[in-house]
Amino acid sequence: MKKLLQREETFYESILRKGYSRRDFLKFATYMAAFMGLDHSMVGQLVKTMETKKRIPVIWEHFQECTGCTESFIKSDHPLVADVILDTISLDYTDTLMAAAGHQAEEAKQESMKENYGKYILVVEGAIPTKDEGVYCTIAGRTAVEIIKESAAGAAAILAFGSCSAWGGVQAASPNPTGAVPVDAIIKDKTIVKVPGCPPIAEVMTGVVLYYAMFGALPELDSEGRPKQFYGKRVHDSCYRRPYFDAGLFAESFDSEEAKKGYCLYKLGCRGPVTYNSCGTMGWNNGVSFPIKSGYPCIGCSENNFWDNGPFYERLENVPGMGIEATADKIGKVVLGAAAAGAAVHAIATNFFKKDELDLNKCLGELNEKNLEE
Amino acid sequence: MKIATPNYKRVYVWELAVRFFHWTTVLSLTVLVITGFIIANPPSFNLNVEPTNSFWFGYIRLIHFAFAYILIANLLFRIYWAFAGNQFANWRNFIPYTKKHWQNIMHVLKVDIFLMKDKEHKLSDISIGHNALAAFSYFIMTLFFILQAITGLALIADTSGWWFPKAFHWIVPMLGGDIPTRYIHHLFTWFFMTFVVIHVYLVLYHDYVEARGEASSMISGFKFVRAERFRKSFDWLLEKIKGKEKKNDKDEN
Repeated sequence: MKKLLQREETFYESILRKGYSRRDFLKFATYMAAFMGLDHSMVGQLVKTMETKKRIPVIWEHFQECTGCTESFIKSDHPLVADVILDTISLDYTDTLMAAAGHQAEEAKQESMKENYGKYILVVEGAIPTKDEGVYCTIAGRTAVEIIKESAAGAAAILAFGSCSAWGGVQAASPNPTGAVPVDAIIKDKTIVKVPGCPPIAEVMTGVVLYYAMFGALPELDSEGRPKQFYGKRVHDSCYRRPYFDAGLFAESFDSEEAKKGYCLYKLGCRGPVTYNSCGTMGWNNGVSFPIKSGYPCIGCSENNFWDNGPFYERLENVPGMGIEATADKIGKVVLGAAAAGAAVHAIATNFFKKDELDLNKCLGELNEKNLEE
Repeated sequence: MKIATPNYKRVYVWELAVRFFHWTTVLSLTVLVITGFIIANPPSFNLNVEPTNSFWFGYIRLIHFAFAYILIANLLFRIYWAFAGNQFANWRNFIPYTKKHWQNIMHVLKVDIFLMKDKEHKLSDISIGHNALAAFSYFIMTLFFILQAITGLALIADTSGWWFPKAFHWIVPMLGGDIPTRYIHHLFTWFFMTFVVIHVYLVLYHDYVEARGEASSMISGFKFVRAERFRKSFDWLLEKIKGKEKKNDKDEN
């Protein structure tokens, strides 16, 4: 069994072996080219590389997470996407989906890492706890910190899937009891591709894996390490409700007539204007919908620290570390009020404490007034 | 005690450039605060119009961005003028880097903020341009203006086609994303409003207590300064000019 699976076949061969037709394969290539933001003329090249390139082994590590990213990944709208990638992944290591368990699973991973040293893609899902020597997440008796350091050493590329591995996610949210950190806080010497989202869009995840498989290089990243083709624009700037925003047509509450009409959800706390993701263009579930399309404001799940930037249905977030209800406006009103009150008190006090000077000025001024020439 | 009305001379303190800067700041800051709060929490008109036929919120944002650029240009101009302008406009007023600055700050704190008795009544304690504390507060506000401009530019960098806002995009990852960047931009607005309240109050205070044209100086450019503070040789020069004028008058007659 193992021998058979380790036979190095191309993507195309594996697709045919799965029983898909060439037509399916071409459709898949076209989809993926579009998802990766490539020009239509690149489809041919994509097809060619998939016909000739060997599949790349993937090791998928799960740490502090809910497996939602895997869930999103296997629900990828195009069945081929999941098949192609999952074949590769299940071969080597992903404790959620692989057939092997326990010692065998760990053994398989060690072997694969040794054989494919410097060639495999490391996918990380979940944050890594660092407090108390990392005891809050252990797999096969070893801590997450230990495991990530080991598997990152021989990785050709490290992909951080989901907000947890990219930013820290919910377990890194205040007060962060386990000292959870994202991958780039542990692995400093390698480029880490962040694919944030809670979960990320399936096609974005497969798109990034495929991009590396196709071109042998990481896609262009922005300053925060996210692939530009998927995280280059805000949800707001690709939102189909944007005209309502510009027209100042806002829904004030979820049960209002305006909400039913599909007005902009800006005043219901939509984080679209501050969130970088492809939801507006790619959509979810075969492109059927995305939160805003379903009448629900974006919560900014692909943004750093989005859990602590609540409440979700308010336009203005609370100030972190300033108590529960401290928004910028409340602080501002207090400061401004204090300044105005201080000025008023000072004005009254001035008449009292500066009485001598004021009286003298007044006295001299009156004297001058009396002495005016006609 | 000798009681006599002190003599005052009119001094051109605020040049036209400084006054232009001041009132341009007033205008753009007012517009920016108002449009800023509208953008943060827009009123719902919920007119039964199709979005095709309405763009008011887009225009509010346009006005906000336009005045932001005016403010930035104005600020850059003032920084230039801190090197080109007269002694009261010079940058040296604004940064308390000498002992003299700090002595004046202490004096202003004692006499004007805590309203204590000024025992000595030294003329040199009365500032002709900015007092050192006020000048320092303008320096702090300049830093706030710069931060506000940078966070604002960083927020529109992604939808802008111009290199200038794009040059400030690096601040976003530094602050931890668009959410905190926007938040800081919003929070700072309150500092500007607080500054305006304190600034205007203190102008009125100085005008009320000192009665030498503090408030109107930002309109005319002139302040009144005690005659004792001028050089004697200067008097002689003035007399000469006056004499000349009289002579000219006679010639014309």
